[in-house]
Formats: sequence, structure tokens, C-alpha cells
Amino acid sequence: MTLNDEIQALTKAFTGLGVDEISFVTMGRKWKPEERQSFRKANPDFFPEDERHFERCDLEKYIKRLEQEFMRFKEVIVLWTLHPWERDARMAKEAIENGPEAYAVLVEIACSRSSEELLGARKAYHSLFDQSIEEDASLNIEGPERKLLVALVSAYRYEGSSMVKEDEAKYDANAIKNADKNKLLEDDEIVRILATRSKRHIHEVYKQYKLNNNKTLDEDLAAAPILQETVQCLCSPEKYYAKVLNESLKDGADEKIRKALNRVIVTRADADMKNIIDEFQTKYRVALSEKIKNTARGSYKDFLLNLVARGN
Amino acid sequence: MATLITPSHFSAIEDAEALQKAFKGWGTDEKAVIRILGYRNAVQRKQIREAYENVFQEDVVKRLESELSGDFEKAVYRWILDPADRDAVLANVAIRKSECDFKVLIELSCVLSPEELLAVKRAYQNRYKRSLEEDVASHTAGDLRKLLVALVSAYRYNGEEINARLANSEADILHEAIKDKAYNSDEVIRILTTRSKAQLNATFNRYREDHKLSITKNLLGESAASDFQKALHTTIRCISDPHKYYAKVLRDGIKRIGTDEDDLTRVIVTRAEKDLKDIKDIYYKKNSVSLDDAVAKEISGDYKAFLLALLGKQD
Repeated sequence: MTLNDEIQALTKAFTGLGVDEISFVTMGRKWKPEERQSFRKANPDFFPEDERHFERCDLEKYIKRLEQEFMRFKEVIVLWTLHPWERDARMAKEAIENGPEAYAVLVEIACSRSSEELLGARKAYHSLFDQSIEEDASLNIEGPERKLLVALVSAYRYEGSSMVKEDEAKYDANAIKNADKNKLLEDDEIVRILATRSKRHIHEVYKQYKLNNNKTLDEDLAAAPILQETVQCLCSPEKYYAKVLNESLKDGADEKIRKALNRVIVTRADADMKNIIDEFQTKYRVALSEKIKNTARGSYKDFLLNLVARGN
Repeated sequence: MATLITPSHFSAIEDAEALQKAFKGWGTDEKAVIRILGYRNAVQRKQIREAYENVFQEDVVKRLESELSGDFEKAVYRWILDPADRDAVLANVAIRKSECDFKVLIELSCVLSPEELLAVKRAYQNRYKRSLEEDVASHTAGDLRKLLVALVSAYRYNGEEINARLANSEADILHEAIKDKAYNSDEVIRILTTRSKAQLNATFNRYREDHKLSITKNLLGESAASDFQKALHTTIRCISDPHKYYAKVLRDGIKRIGTDEDDLTRVIVTRAEKDLKDIKDIYYKKNSVSLDDAVAKEISGDYKAFLLALLGKQD
């Protein structure tokens, strides 16, 4: 490789997600002072020239960036090794504390876990935080989503295989149809259906709704995104997760959105990763693993790819 | 303390055979049924059911249903089930009444420990192929639904720690709501349905200290209380003083004998192995007559003999 290539490789080494540690190791072995200077000049973002033409380092920014990128691998390891119940409890606590922008995480946990997994997370919440999740959520979630979110995290749905009642599903579909479009989040019937019904029943409600209305349930709930997310997580989680992953892998994605990458891959690796991979391929015409290879770096990238491969 | 008396010697097979004998021939030897089942605890009753199934290839519960009748049959049926299964049945009966008997659901969710409530919910799903929450939600409406669904969905923290500052602020919130007659406020429901029992009792104590009147007395004012107010009242009673609550239910239940024995049966059957003795003590204090005597006076026959057995009458 020419020097230029190497500088480019190194610059690239932490412009994605994670750090390409091998490139940095190579630099330590090979580069002389002039070469390091070329590297600094090639990265004016971190090494802005001041009025004395001295390439001082924007140390705070540089360190912060390196910390952030090195931290990704640490974070994914920690998430991966936690007991799933503790993992969910800690993520839920963080979501409650972070406010509305994080409420989708609560929806994910409450709706895509099995009844026993959600119960386990509630037990873990007792152990970790000396309170129940519903206690914390009902006190600290303000705003119109509170009723729905408290009900969702308190759910203990029937998961048996008894026949779904079509007429009851029709009734529920109608109740949703007739809800006041301006007050969807606070509609008692919508909360009742989405928070107490079994998932199989809700699938049937989705089906009946489409049959009778020519629009899908989540289309008609677009006015309340969190309701849409709830329906998606309950009915077609792989579609929801494929979308979240795609957003997190976009160039220049917000750091908060990037965090979803770890969360989704770790929590779904042993669940429905295969379905998510298929959905991702169908929707975005590229393999999830390809996208990760192009966007993530180093050991972090390898770890993510290993987790994704479990779905194959 | 329990009132149930159990013998020192127990053999499930002997009991199963004795029950079979009681069913044989014309009619049923109800005295034998009472003599056996009225003096066995939950573990023993389960072993009897299993022994009966093994020896006679028959479900003794179904047999009892067909051999017995009336209030006696209802009581024995509830008694012989596993406690969690029994509570699931009682909950379902309460839900399907034309007017949901909400006190049964409140007893379930507030007197039982969080783990016991969980066991009931599992038993309910097993038996009815639906969740308890789902059925409560679809058979109730409005404020009552909000309260009841939250109560049965709860998985309260079961620690003993109390936050005194919180007890103070939440006692104030409750007081304000009651003063303004805003009983159905979100805050009232939040506090009563999510806080741990230890924390709630600290809150109720604080309430009484600050306002010289217990929260329950404050809640039921002079005017006729709505169903929702009554439900709140029951919730607080069940959390703060279940023995006193049950004594009252028994008193009202005995007055209703001849019309509806459900409450009487339910309290005696569900508490005989738990704290029926304590409830009896309070009953006597409040009514100057023992529960046994009150029951003996008002009802008769096998139903009476069975209840008295559970109340601790020596065989």
C-alpha cells in the first residue's frame, strides 16, 4: 500500500461504527514522523491548523470520538453477556429516564418478548431497582403515552394455541375503527385491545381490520406513531426491526439511532434474526451482513457479524 | 392463623377408598365426604385427587360434582381445587355475573402476595384459554375497568422498605383527590395499583396521622357512594386490614343467607388454611357472637356441617 492508501485506510478506520484496530496497530509499527504529519493534515476535522500553521489537536473532540467508537465493542459485549431479563430491565429503566424519544424501546420490550420473558424482566426490575416497572413508568412517564405504555409493560398475555374467535376480533377491529382520531392514544378500547389481548388475537384483529377497511391497522394509526410501533411489534416484529436496523446503519445517523444497532442485534440474535435478515434483504435489496461489513469496523464489526450469523 | 384441623395420620389411598365407598349405592354418604375432605389441607387434597385417579381411573372432582348438589356442592368443589385454580374459578364467576362482582377481583389482587396472584393468572390462562386481564377488561368499562385491570395486572415490588417522604407526598395527593371528590384521578389509581403494600400502608398511616381520620372513613362520605368509590374503599381495606375486611364480608354474607351464599362460601373456603382464625376473632369482637354460632344459626344441612368443619369444629 502507498502512504496515501494507508492514510486513507486509517482515516476510514474510525469513520464508521467501531474502530479498525489493525490499521492503528500497523501505523504504530511503520510510520515515521512525516507520515504521522500527513495523517494529521489529512484530518483537519480533528487537527485544525491554527493561525501559526500549527496542526494542534482538537483534543476533546478527538478523544471523545475515539472513546465513542472504542466503546461500541465494550457496550455490545456487556449487553450480550447480561441475563436477558436484566438486559431488558436495564434498557427499560433507561428508556423511562430518557423520555419520549426512547419510548419505542419500551414498546419493543413489552411487545416483542414472550409473556414469560417480560415477566422475567419485571422480576429483574424488582431486584435491580427496588420497585416495580409499572410503579416507575406510571410515575415518570408524563404525556398521553402514559396509559398505553404502563398497560403494555404490565401485560401477561395468553400464549396458548386455542382457537381465535373471529367475531371477537371483528368487534375489536371495529372498536379501533370508531376511536376518536384525535385521541387515539387515550382511547380506552385501543389500550384494552393492544395491552390485554393475546398476540394471535391481535393478528386476527389486524386481518379483520384490513378485510373491512381496505387500509391496514398501522396505516390508520399513523397519527400516533407509538401506536403504530406497538401494532408492528405485536404483528410483524421483523419488519419493524429491519427498519430500525436500516436507520441505524445509515451514513451520518444520529448517535441515539446508532445505539439501536447493538440493542436490536443482541436482543434478536437468538429470537427472530432469520426473519429479520430475510425482511431486510427483501426491503432494502442488500444483505444485512453486507451493510454491516460496509459500515462497521474492526472487532466490533466481527462481533456483530457473528451475532447476525446465528440467524442463518 | 388457620382454622383447618388435619389428622396426624394421613393416607391418600385410604381417603380415596373411603370416598369411593361414600359414593357407592343409592345416594351419597355426605357425612363421610365432610369427615374426610373437611379435614385435609391443600397438599393432602391434591394427593387424594391423584390417588383417586390412579386407583379408580376417575376424576374425583367430577364425581363430587355429580354426587353432591346445591350450596354444599359449590363449597366442596371450590374447596377441593388447588388454591390458585380455585381463585381462577372464583374470578371467572365474579366476572361473568351480570354486574361484575368486583370485590372478588380486588380481594384476589390485593390480599394475595404478588407471587400468589401470578399463580392465579397462570391457572386462569390454563383453565379458560384467555388471560385474566383480557376478561376483566372486556367485561368492565370506564373508571372501574381502569382500576380493576391495573390491579390484576400488577406485579408489585414485595420489599419492606418504605420511603417516608414519598408516603407523605402521596398521602397528600390522596387527601386532595378525596377532598375534591376526584376519586377517579390518574394519581389515585397510580398510587393504589402500583405501589408496594409496605409503601401503601406507610402512606395510609401517614394519612391518618396528618388528617386525624383514616382514609377509608374519609372516602365514604355522607352521600351514597358510587361503585367506583366502593371499589377504592375495598382496595384500601384489603391492603391495610384484610382480616377486618373479611369479617365485614362475612357479616354481610350471613345477612344475605337464603339469597346468595357465594360470599360466605368464598371467604371460609379461601381463608380456612390461612387466617380464618384471626378473622373469627375480629368477627366476635365486632358482633358479640362467634362466627361458628352465626353460621350454625342461619344455615342447615350438609352445607352447614361442611362450613363448620372448615371453621375448626372438632370431628
